[in-house]
Amino acid sequence: MQDENARRVISVIVVNEASVLSRITDLFSGRGYNITSLTVAPIPDSRYSRLTIVTSGSIRVIEQITKQLHKLIPVLKVYEHADLVEKEMALIKFPISENITDIATLCAAYNGKIANVGDNVIIAMVADEPKRIDNFLKIINKYNPKEIVRSGAVALER
Amino acid sequence: MQISGAQMVIEALIAEGVDTIFGYPGGAIMNVYDEIYKQNNFEHILTRHEQAAVHAAEGYSKASGKVGVAMITSGPGFTNAVTGLADAYMDSIPLVVISGQVPMSLIGTDAFQEIDAVGISRSCTKHNYLVTDARDLARVLKEAFYIASSGRPGPVHVDIPKDVTAQIAEFDYSVELQLETYKPHTKGNPRQIKKAMEAIAKARRPLFYLGGGIVNSNAAYEVRELVRKTGIPAVETFMARGVLSHDDDLLISMLGMHGSYAANMAMSETDLVIGLGARFDDRVTGKLSEFAKNAGVIHVDIDPASISKLVNADYPIVGDIKNVVNEMLELSSLVNPAKYSSWRETIRNFDELHPLTYHEDTDRLKPQWVIERVGELLGDSANISTDVGQHQMWTAQFYPFSRPRQWISSGGLGTMGFGFPAAIGVKAASPEKISINFTGDGSILMNCQELMTAVERKLPVINIILNNNYLGMVRQWQTLFYDKRHSETDLSVQPDFVKLAEAFGGIGYRVNTKEEFDAALKDAVEKNIVAFIEVIIERLENVMPMVPSGGSLFNMMLLEKKEKK
Repeated sequence: MQDENARRVISVIVVNEASVLSRITDLFSGRGYNITSLTVAPIPDSRYSRLTIVTSGSIRVIEQITKQLHKLIPVLKVYEHADLVEKEMALIKFPISENITDIATLCAAYNGKIANVGDNVIIAMVADEPKRIDNFLKIINKYNPKEIVRSGAVALER
Repeated sequence: MQISGAQMVIEALIAEGVDTIFGYPGGAIMNVYDEIYKQNNFEHILTRHEQAAVHAAEGYSKASGKVGVAMITSGPGFTNAVTGLADAYMDSIPLVVISGQVPMSLIGTDAFQEIDAVGISRSCTKHNYLVTDARDLARVLKEAFYIASSGRPGPVHVDIPKDVTAQIAEFDYSVELQLETYKPHTKGNPRQIKKAMEAIAKARRPLFYLGGGIVNSNAAYEVRELVRKTGIPAVETFMARGVLSHDDDLLISMLGMHGSYAANMAMSETDLVIGLGARFDDRVTGKLSEFAKNAGVIHVDIDPASISKLVNADYPIVGDIKNVVNEMLELSSLVNPAKYSSWRETIRNFDELHPLTYHEDTDRLKPQWVIERVGELLGDSANISTDVGQHQMWTAQFYPFSRPRQWISSGGLGTMGFGFPAAIGVKAASPEKISINFTGDGSILMNCQELMTAVERKLPVINIILNNNYLGMVRQWQTLFYDKRHSETDLSVQPDFVKLAEAFGGIGYRVNTKEEFDAALKDAVEKNIVAFIEVIIERLENVMPMVPSGGSLFNMMLLEKKEKK
């Protein structure tokens, strides 16, 4: 049995033009589907942008959405990833009173480092697989993070 | 050449060979209307409501096979047109709908008659554009016509702010289209086609399942040949009426919720569904898990998203029906028509057991008789439009269609008020044919203002109002599934339809008997002006057979048996 609500990662290559993002998100919202995360950035030296969408749903629905995405005029390619390298970034703000050495060591274990230290706060960054980011955020809870920002995943097929 | 945005719109329409457009002017589109006034290259037909303008463009497109064009203003002009856009989207009708928008500087300020038009039309068009610079107009309009008419056709909406229509810029319509991201797949995979033909040759009870895509692809005559050469029986969807001629021995009938017993049973018994340009709509399949349960499925469609959307295809073929069917024809010698003789016999028996018929057992006229009678009297010489409801299903069941594009009806969206304006567009597209609109006493009131358009432009549509003083289809469901609680469906209070037609300068008839009906129809055809023929019909007649919503195709409610009609 396929997991009805498995996590899916879809990449979409689109013409970089006004309204293209709403065309894509409409396909999800019109079906009552939630987008877990969405990242967009222009592809260097081209008129295209790449979107990485993380969502969940049954194979059947995701297959439909993939086909419907293809049907949109400004969409060049759609990949539903199976075997992929996936990374996500997170920024975390800690009070200056926390142990900066501990935090830095932890960050290093998750491809990260201290990004900025100010008068009142430490800002740390990590970049890793989304699941590992989940882990990291659990662990650093004891250092009283004041604010956490996640970027959403980006992915490339192997 | 340096011209205004408004002039560009006109030049583009001329370059596309447009001969008729439908529309309604207003503030934001006035610059374009000013240019329409100055030109003589195409006709503008003023409807009396923007919704009707789009439906007329749909009717025009369906009858002619060309792209229909409608023009409207911003705000309410646009929102009125949305139903038409959605209707065309659901039925894959190629349209270009051009709307005015408030000037760029006012967009987002809640300006007078401002609405986010592309935001609204996004989900009910194949594509849409907000043009922010007149220099883009040539490209956008050229793309719009191309996108509307290629691949799986559909409506394209172009929203143009008023200052863009005033802007002077360079115009060159010979620009090459550069749509790298849009390349419809029109040629079917030859290996897959061969496999499908081999599967057909192996099947014992194959069945053609013909859909509206055949009409869009102008492939009806090729399909007729394929059916004849293979000797395989065929069912048609609602949208495909007229693909095969009514007198074709291999045509069973329409299938689905109100399909014939034989058509639905054939679909339930077949071992190989050969779907051509049909999309396995819920009104066709009934309960999905029971649909053609033991059959393999060949599915030919130009839209990959339609394939395996609802029913898994064992032989998916993405391509234009005409191309694919031509390739199938070349392989038709693989198939031996004699092999299916007992299958054809089985289907004939189904049809004899429960033929598609009705009983003339009441004093009042039966609606089915009226439709059959029009078929006898006018047959091929008429194009047939309908509104939505019982009359629509009876027309699909009982009219003897003989050619593609003879049948124009709102299938996917089921838009009441579609029929009359669509029939006006049909008449504009093919004036040599009689344009009949079968309608009901509910539907006709949803766009009856179009009497004025038809009278003014001398487009003599004959509206046959099958009047049962009910919102009949809803009443039928209430009778069958809501214990006869006829909530808000009794339409006993009605206008005088004869006077209503006359008030606009048309002609009206009220008929109660067969003789009166024949006389009225003959008179309306001879007088050649827009007509309402109100036919008083049996109030509680139901559309039968019927597959209750969500039920299995083979579980039909059937017409009660009586001795001969």
